[in-house]
Amino acid sequence: MKCDICAKNDATVHLTEIVDNKMTKLHLCEECAKKKGAEMEEHFGLSDLLAGLADFGTDMKPEKETIVKCPKCGMTYQDFKKRGRLGCAECYTAFEEHLMPLMKRIHGSSEHFGKSPIKTSRVRPKMASPKRGKVGAKPAKKPDKMDELKARLHRAIKFEEFEEAAKLRDMIRKLEKMK
Amino acid sequence: MMKIDNLLKNMSEWLKGSGPHSNIVISSRIRSARNLADVPFTQWANKKQRDESRKMIKSALESSPFLKKSNYLDMDGLSDIDKQFLVERHLMSREHASTPDSKALLFDDKEIVSIMVNEEDHIRMQVMQSGFNLTEAWRIANEIDNDLSARLNFAYSEKIGYLTACPTNAGTGVRASMMLHLPALMLTNQANKLLQTISKLGLTARGFYGEGTDVQGNFFQVSNQVTLGRTEEEIIDNIERVISQIIAREEAARKTLLMRSKEKLVDRIWRSYGTLRSAHIITSNETIELLSDIRLGIDMDIIKDITTAGINDLFVLTQPAHLQKMEKKSLSASERDLKRAELIRKRLSK
Repeated sequence: MKCDICAKNDATVHLTEIVDNKMTKLHLCEECAKKKGAEMEEHFGLSDLLAGLADFGTDMKPEKETIVKCPKCGMTYQDFKKRGRLGCAECYTAFEEHLMPLMKRIHGSSEHFGKSPIKTSRVRPKMASPKRGKVGAKPAKKPDKMDELKARLHRAIKFEEFEEAAKLRDMIRKLEKMK
Repeated sequence: MMKIDNLLKNMSEWLKGSGPHSNIVISSRIRSARNLADVPFTQWANKKQRDESRKMIKSALESSPFLKKSNYLDMDGLSDIDKQFLVERHLMSREHASTPDSKALLFDDKEIVSIMVNEEDHIRMQVMQSGFNLTEAWRIANEIDNDLSARLNFAYSEKIGYLTACPTNAGTGVRASMMLHLPALMLTNQANKLLQTISKLGLTARGFYGEGTDVQGNFFQVSNQVTLGRTEEEIIDNIERVISQIIAREEAARKTLLMRSKEKLVDRIWRSYGTLRSAHIITSNETIELLSDIRLGIDMDIIKDITTAGINDLFVLTQPAHLQKMEKKSLSASERDLKRAELIRKRLSK
């Protein structure tokens, strides 16, 4: 069997890739496989598509974007778009305006509900949020449990996460009964 | 490098083929990503800053009561074979091996816990369990994480949780995954449809060695895509529910195969067994595909004289760096194919 890419050497490496959640088979010679391997590391995975995602919706104001720079580590938003990785914890505050819509698009949420560290950071970035009022103000209470569940149900339906939606629906029903 | 060579004598705890649903679920894994608040993330930090974060983390790891019986290794001085060996044992990522500068790895003797220092994030911890057992993996991971969070200043915000180098990991920083063996779904051409469906449920499927690796031997690593907006327990609950259904589908497909094409299936399994027992030259790809058939044969009671643990052991030992470690010298690809066949013949003729 000849290599699928160069069609010259014998194929010795057989890859099954998942692209767009579909499996495709590739038969390659060692040389082309090495090149392909490097390519895969560059292009594979959601995180590497970030650069593309980060661009989305920001075309309207390119001038504003060029001046956003993290005061702590010096990374610019342009750097982040190129690399797909942030420079330091403070970048989340510095790029908040661009990052929050991005986080929403990736996770369907921009609010943390999980655990917190025992010793909290001395230089915890103050996250400004329109919902939470002024920067540095005491964070508002977490939204009512019912509101939270309903918001998540809405999101689950939007993203066609039906399994999750069914679970949330049951949780809402239970909570309603308790009231 | 005594510590690394010692690993060869034992089998990783998570490969013992025990735990719930171990006929389909090889292992359960929790991975968490944490960063220091005051040092730039690894890829943006300079050498001095990376060395500083490694030093701070090393001292925290060494003083944690949960990590007493662990081995700590700086990556800089390791040989290529040692690094590949650690990747093959799933103790660290390929990225950690390819750029070893200012990086470190900590793992315990049973290979349940491993912690990469200065990977993409300052701390990447993984906890492995055999079979369908994310709850226990999370219990261990959570305990160690709490302890480390009291010793180190983690980058954390009230609003978006743990801050990570890549925003796809922010929030809980937790990825839960299970390694699944789905030969019957592959044989009945249902695997592709399944992969498309799970992506709608917030999950993603990857190959044998995680992100960016190919599918071999019908093994799939299924993990959560979303790390923010849900609690760790919800993330685990979601993945457990979906995987329970995948297990049911695989079991149904195995029954269908037995009912509709038993002779063909039995023939395939014994042919694979025959090839493994008699081949004198065999590549690692062919080995994995054939061992996958044997695993299915054991699960379906067609092959009775080998254990799942024995087959799991062969999956690990026949990998390139493992063969070279056993032979104590570097081998070319064709030399490895000879040694691999020899090892398999010896093991299967016992």
